[in-house]
Amino acid sequence: MMLELSAVHAHYGHIHALHGVDLAVQVGEVVTLIGANGAGKSTLMMSLFGQPRASMGRIIFDGEDITALPAHEISRRGIALVPEGRRIFPRMTVMENLQMGAALADPTNFDVDLKRMCALFPILDERQGQRAGTLSGGEQQMLAIARALMSRPKLLLLDEPSLGLAPLYIKKIFQTIRTLNRDHGMTVLLVEQNAHHALRVAHRGYVLQHGRIVLSGSGRELLASPEVRAAYLEGGAGKGD
Amino acid sequence: MALALQQLINGLTLGAVYGLIAIGYTMVYGIIGMINFAHGDIYMVSAFISVTAFTLLAALGVSSVPLALVTVLLVSVLFTSVYGWAVERTAYRPLRGSTRLAPLISAIGMSIFLQNMVQLTQGARVKPIPPVLVGGFDLLTVDGFTVHLAYSQLLIVVVTVFLMAAFTYLLSQTSFGRQQRACEQDRLMTSLLGINVDRTISLTFMLGAMLAAVAGVLVTVYYGVVDFYIGFVVGIKAFTAAVLGGIGSFPGAMLGGVLIGLIEAFWSAYLAPEYKDVATFAILILVLMFRPSGLLGRPEVEKV
Repeated sequence: MMLELSAVHAHYGHIHALHGVDLAVQVGEVVTLIGANGAGKSTLMMSLFGQPRASMGRIIFDGEDITALPAHEISRRGIALVPEGRRIFPRMTVMENLQMGAALADPTNFDVDLKRMCALFPILDERQGQRAGTLSGGEQQMLAIARALMSRPKLLLLDEPSLGLAPLYIKKIFQTIRTLNRDHGMTVLLVEQNAHHALRVAHRGYVLQHGRIVLSGSGRELLASPEVRAAYLEGGAGKGD
Repeated sequence: MALALQQLINGLTLGAVYGLIAIGYTMVYGIIGMINFAHGDIYMVSAFISVTAFTLLAALGVSSVPLALVTVLLVSVLFTSVYGWAVERTAYRPLRGSTRLAPLISAIGMSIFLQNMVQLTQGARVKPIPPVLVGGFDLLTVDGFTVHLAYSQLLIVVVTVFLMAAFTYLLSQTSFGRQQRACEQDRLMTSLLGINVDRTISLTFMLGAMLAAVAGVLVTVYYGVVDFYIGFVVGIKAFTAAVLGGIGSFPGAMLGGVLIGLIEAFWSAYLAPEYKDVATFAILILVLMFRPSGLLGRPEVEKV
């Protein structure tokens, strides 16, 4: 088991955002967490890093209890996050952003990893010296993914990577997730509002509603499930593409 | 003309010192968004450390000026950076995540504490040291006015230029510098990349204190006297320099320092010397009113 949450509660300010969430990710899986805006998806993602910290329950990563560790110690264990809104460093160059991603990686891997990222996202190669804040939204999202991968994580977390992007970039992002998983064995936990795309790329999925897991199953099962179709697909984010 | 040249030399010397101290304000503001009002007193503490060290060395019979200078610089930088670390650790870190005003008030408290600590342990009187670096160059004489460049002035400018170059390299090229800048832009994201943000903040305070320590030693050599209150006025002037240059901007702090030094020197020579502090603080008010982002600072609103 790569990641296991058991009965995790978390508060966001005064809001009780997670009510005993159980969730597991196996090695080599793509798991998606779907749910409406405000269901607690991002809170769950950030609570893995203790931001906010789980007030009850346990989070086990790779056999170790990480519930109480500080954020930087958790990412050092091999979890990399592509956060909601990308959060690239806007006043740094593309290259510096990638160097930040590799801050704790073995420096002898840097050149190899950089080449891999440039092959994965050729646009980053062209823009190496450009300030990251001047990139388009889609380019920034690729940079955020590349930055996360530079640390050679065991588990990649993606929080709403398709949010606000043009369809062409959305396609590219989901293609990338598939490639990373299939060709490089990357384990992925994907939070998405775009349920249609997310469930098609995922092996398994969870549906989060008001801070509780209400449904789980394989990607295909959830795609076919009437509840999911009604709530998240028909007339929802995935329609038409 | 000769007087103007002399004031240019004096102004640059003074400006270099303000700039060194201003960097401490600007780096700390950049990383945690607070004005460390105890920073001027850190500079004052370093001046006392250097007085003690100079006195000890003299008692030990060290007569080589370069040896004494280097030793005192090292000792002062070492002890002062520990002060910088301790101030952050005790007065600011426990307040992180609370309101913006809390650490500011804590900083003022720390400033009062440091002044009183030094006053109690060292006495309230002005402490002199025997001249360390005497003499200088007579550059030119016009109509009986000789333009003089003291060795100590040359030392201040040379050391400052060297430190500026070293810090520019540190911040722009090294991995520590990248982490420092990353923290300035997004602290949470930086920690999610595995970087210990608290450690980076501690190091930033220590680096600021180190530069203040160098300024403290250099001023002690230049003026030969210290007292427990010097941190206040110099601190506020260095703060003005940081605001003028654009708070948060490293080159801005240096530029602001030099400008404040020059304005003070020329104001004293041609206008009313007793009003030189008024001139500086008038600049602070004008900058805050009309250009709060300073000369080299970036405007608060930024498209991301």
